[in-house]
Amino acid sequence: MSEPLVIVGKGMAATRLVDELSTRALGRHAIIVIGAEPRPAYNRVLLSSVLAGEVDPADIELKPAAWWRARGVTTLYGGAVASIDRAAKSVTLESGLRVAYSKLVLATGSHPIRLPTPGMTLPGVLTFRDLRDTDAMLAAARRGGRAVVIGGGLLGIEAAHGLARAGMRVTLVHLMDRLMERQLDARAADLLKRAIEAKGVTVLLGADTARVTGDTVATGLELKDGRVVPADLVVCAVGIRANADLARASGLAINRGVIVDAGMATSDQDIFALGECAEAGGVVYGLVEPAYEQARVLARRLAGDTRAAYAGSTPATNLKVSGVGVFSAGDFVGEGKETVQLDDAADGLYKKLVIDNARLVGAILIGDTRDALWYQELIRDNIDISAMRDDLIFGRALAMAA
Amino acid sequence: MMHGIAPRTVKTTCPYCGVGCGVAATPDGRGGAAIAGDVDHPANLGRLCSKGSALGETLALETRLLHPMMKGARVGWDVALDAVANGLRRVLDAHGPDAVAFYLSGQLLTEDYYIANKLMKGFIGSAHVDTNSRLCMASTVAGHKRALGSDTVPGCYEDLDRADLLVLTGSNAAWCHPVLHQRMMAAKARGARMIVIDPRGTETSEGADQHIALRHGTDGALFSGLFVYLADGGFLDRDFVAAHTRDFDAALARARSIAPDIDATARVCGLERVAVASFFETWARTPRVVTLFSQGVNQSVVGTDKVAAILNCHLATGRIGREGMGPFSLTGQPNAMGGREVGGLANQLAAHMGFEPENVERVGRFWNAPNMARTEGLKAVDMFDAIASGRVKALWIMGTNPAVSLPRADDIRAALRQLDLLVVSENVNSTDSTTPNAILLPATAWGEKDGTVTNSERRISRQRPFMPPAGEARPDWMIMRDVARRLGFAGFDYNEPADIFREHAALSTFENDGQRDFDLGPLATLDGEAYDALAPVQWPVRADGTGEKRLFAKGGFFTSDGRAKFIAIAPPDVAELSSAFPFILNTGRVRDQWHTMMRTGLSQRLGAHRPEPFVTVHPDDAARAGLVAGGLARVDSAHGAATLRVDIDGGQTPGTIFAPIHWNDETSGGGRVGALVHPLCDPFSGQPDSKATPANIAPVAFARAGFIAARHRFAPPAGFWAWRPVDGGFVATLETDADDAAILAALRSVGGDGDELTLRDEARGLFRAALLRDGRIEAIAFLGRARPIATFAMVADAFGAERLEGAARRALLAGRAAVADAGPLVCACFGVPLNTIQAAINAGAATPEAIGAATKAGTNCGSCLPELRRMTRALAPA
Ligand SMILES: Cc1cc2nc3c(=O)[nH]c(=O)nc-3n(C[C@H](O)[C@H](O)[C@H](O)COP(=O)(O)OP(=O)(O)OC[C@H]3O[C@@H](n4cnc5c(N)ncnc54)[C@H](O)[C@@H]3O)c2cc1C
Ligand code: SF4
Repeated sequence: MSEPLVIVGKGMAATRLVDELSTRALGRHAIIVIGAEPRPAYNRVLLSSVLAGEVDPADIELKPAAWWRARGVTTLYGGAVASIDRAAKSVTLESGLRVAYSKLVLATGSHPIRLPTPGMTLPGVLTFRDLRDTDAMLAAARRGGRAVVIGGGLLGIEAAHGLARAGMRVTLVHLMDRLMERQLDARAADLLKRAIEAKGVTVLLGADTARVTGDTVATGLELKDGRVVPADLVVCAVGIRANADLARASGLAINRGVIVDAGMATSDQDIFALGECAEAGGVVYGLVEPAYEQARVLARRLAGDTRAAYAGSTPATNLKVSGVGVFSAGDFVGEGKETVQLDDAADGLYKKLVIDNARLVGAILIGDTRDALWYQELIRDNIDISAMRDDLIFGRALAMAA
Repeated sequence: MMHGIAPRTVKTTCPYCGVGCGVAATPDGRGGAAIAGDVDHPANLGRLCSKGSALGETLALETRLLHPMMKGARVGWDVALDAVANGLRRVLDAHGPDAVAFYLSGQLLTEDYYIANKLMKGFIGSAHVDTNSRLCMASTVAGHKRALGSDTVPGCYEDLDRADLLVLTGSNAAWCHPVLHQRMMAAKARGARMIVIDPRGTETSEGADQHIALRHGTDGALFSGLFVYLADGGFLDRDFVAAHTRDFDAALARARSIAPDIDATARVCGLERVAVASFFETWARTPRVVTLFSQGVNQSVVGTDKVAAILNCHLATGRIGREGMGPFSLTGQPNAMGGREVGGLANQLAAHMGFEPENVERVGRFWNAPNMARTEGLKAVDMFDAIASGRVKALWIMGTNPAVSLPRADDIRAALRQLDLLVVSENVNSTDSTTPNAILLPATAWGEKDGTVTNSERRISRQRPFMPPAGEARPDWMIMRDVARRLGFAGFDYNEPADIFREHAALSTFENDGQRDFDLGPLATLDGEAYDALAPVQWPVRADGTGEKRLFAKGGFFTSDGRAKFIAIAPPDVAELSSAFPFILNTGRVRDQWHTMMRTGLSQRLGAHRPEPFVTVHPDDAARAGLVAGGLARVDSAHGAATLRVDIDGGQTPGTIFAPIHWNDETSGGGRVGALVHPLCDPFSGQPDSKATPANIAPVAFARAGFIAARHRFAPPAGFWAWRPVDGGFVATLETDADDAAILAALRSVGGDGDELTLRDEARGLFRAALLRDGRIEAIAFLGRARPIATFAMVADAFGAERLEGAARRALLAGRAAVADAGPLVCACFGVPLNTIQAAINAGAATPEAIGAATKAGTNCGSCLPELRRMTRALAPA
């Protein structure tokens, strides 16, 4: 009889894990996937595209129901897991249903952060995390009016762009003096700002939020410098926090996320974690690619391969705003390292490569991102680039045609 | 008069150099002609050099100016000639004769010269007529007149066949006078000795028995030493000296003070004692000696004295005007001699007469001229200065391109724009020496022209037409005649060249009575037929119509007392060398040195089209000074400094360096060699000396090198650079210490507020930048520390493009052609572009999953899956 493998969370990491498992050890486990969201697993990354009207919500489902059935997976959704009983090796759902496990996987993702300022819980204030948020934003946009998006990171920019596309007059307020400061240098951020503004979004930099105005519903955003930006909709996209609620409650070791070893096991060897809720090698990732790499490692472990180990990811960022290519990877600042910069601002193009010891260690691409993956590989694989250094910044085709 | 298209072989003369070879041209009836040497012509006896042989290939019409043009538009002859006459009249009325000048060329025929000279000096009333041959032979003219009383070459080419010793000084005859050089080599093969005196090794010195590589500027000392040696060794012709010369003692005493003996001569000239001794001995003991001289002697602060030093030796030994003996000046231009005979120079009046009052009066009477010029006019260089300063308001340029052939071409071009009237008679349609307001008049070219020329041995030959004029082209004489008539001047009723020639001959013999050597007496009565049939003849022409091969064997000089004058020459200006300036800097023009440049591979190394200011150094000197070929050197003199590309050449005399003078501050950074040269001119001829300045040379290096290019020239950042034209703009190699900001600022100064593209790699010192307007390059720079340095070839195609976009724009600063564009990226995660996905679909992938299996697209974040789905629907093969 196969062992029950229970996966909590039915998001992108969970789905990929099932996919990987089914190619390696189909039948070894009786897989049960429990998801809190009231619908089948979908591609969260595409929420921005749904908001921008570029993709139909029906098209973002990750796998059709038949796929899950074909793999003998029991899926439960619309009810969250409330607790874990490690001694009894079972989980209890909010509904009271107990499910026993032999192995337990936590793939619970993240919570979006709301600023601890007044008015953040008023109706009309949203975060941007799931399909419910996206539906609410689209509904607000249908009413027209003004929106304020707080947070000039990847998510905030995509939200602002999406809302603008959906017909709202959007202001993006950002605390720092440049957009995406965690991924871009000043020059790149400046080009990005120009491109976003060209899409109709007003960008306010160095803007610290004081509170959301309004008594019963949000009516705008007041900044600490006294400015008030009127708004019918406020979207808070200031960041995410790993969802380690269950792990904390059940006494697993946690830090910023659920601490896992190279085999993705938590402090309890029968419980694993992956995706945005996990802290692997001291890092909590907020992107899908590391989650997929972790899924592969965990699947091999569960299939009995004890050598499978997760060594960390080289995260790279791709902004999904149509017509505005933005890519960032590795050490894009390059303090004390060699930098190569190509700038054609009028054409919306900027590229920066950071080189250390004849190795590419970081890259920023604005405008033309077609070589992003190649740079990412060069960074990840620690390739000696001396021979093609002069042409490197012009991309793979030119550098390899040398 | 032209007799239509000559049906058969026509005898004429080659238009390229002062040898004046006879040519037999047979028109092919299709606009070309078969060219052969004229076996009957005494100048070449059937031989032609490569330039002459190729004459038949140069008759094409593509580059010809075919119609009169004003303000860039074609006009009729009457309109153009009226405009010229009215323009001249206006300037004359407002500013007087002094505001009008003619600048002629050694390419014109004698008849053209004659009319130009007459119109100017007798009717317009100014002597501002000069020619481009000024720069190459003024010192010879002055030297001849001082010693012989006339501008006369005493001997003839036949002397080269008869001589036992040929001495060439300052002449690269192998290159400049090829057919004569062949003739000399033939003499050498028969046993004559050939000695070449030249600081530089040349093709001519390579073919010689002895090459005397003397120190620059010491020719005068060498011949002074020879003069002393001849006197002390008993080689003088005392009878000749006593009967036909004067001032011998003073000249010898001066020579003795300059070069008292062989040792002293060797010291002054920087030569081995044995080389000097053997040269003196050979010269002294070989009565049949011809000493040939050319530019190298002429272009010197003491050019006139160098000519005198040579003449002194020939006069002292009576070796002048006798078979196989004599001093022999070689002229560069085909009809420079004809111009000299006519007097078409600012410091002569006409027909070997100067501006002495009795000559002015005589010529005035002959011409019946109302308005004779009474003083010398402006010489070439002064003429263009006077244009720049606004003193000359009207200029007529004929058959030459001063903006190319004179130094400081840009200044001249700028000066031309200030003129009230600029007339250019040309046969090629070139814009170099014209301005938008110039009146362009199409003149006939070789093959169409009809008249006479004179070669280096005083031989007058017919240049005969064998083709009809191209388009509406007219002979220069006819154009000037018609302008003179429009100005209301009498005495220009010529119907054909023979009319002019007769008048020219008549003037030469007018009240002559043996006073002037230039006498064409019997030719003054030639009828048209006889003129057409005129056989090559040397002047002076005897009563029986035959020419004088040689002059002065029995004296009869054209000085006031009939005696030749020994000249006490000034001590040669031997540049004072010091430890600060241990080298002798010789300067010149690249065109004259072109052959040497090719031989040394300079052009290959720098790229055939990358001429830059350079300095040629002997390998030993280079090694000592730490110079490398292709590197940069700083050359210093007491007067200034220049930065030049190093060219290492074993042909350069050790201790001397050579640099061309083509570049100025607008065309190069640090390449203005003129700044180094001492400001000295020959006191007699006004010809500038540019051959010997004490200088030092040391390597220099700049942090970065590369190129800059732009639509217009601009001021690059400080460093070494030299502009050269390319299609659509200018390019310069640049070596500089300037930082990125300074380079960008310089580009902005010419590219304005265009789109700014930059590439920086500080660790490598790399900086590339371009300014684009509407996608077209306005200015671009590539600089770096690494070698090989970036070259314009990397962006030449892009520079030629009207609009750069997409992949081509993105690859611009790579300096390489863009590689085929794979289309926009669809899957960002795996970097899969549109074309790859299209290919997968074409190969049968019908679903996003199938595309993913084939290309990995959409298998990571999946954000491109909706697009893949759209594509499978839209792009699926039918
Ligand atoms: C709008 C948007 C755009 C994004 N764009 C990109 C992008 O371009 N590139 C990129 O790499 N990443 C992007 N991300 C991030 C990416 O979506 C996440 O990194 C990825 O989804 C993480 O997968 P996960 O499975 O760890 O978490 P999730 O996909 O968030 O899945 C976690 C699931 O667990 C459920 N859950 C939580 N607690 C419980 C519980 N107690 N019981 C049951 N279920 C529970 C949640 O409801 C959720 O459905 C984007 C995210 C958003 C919101
Ligand atoms: S030597 Fe001079 S004249 Fe004779 S063919 Fe050559 S270029 Fe013509």
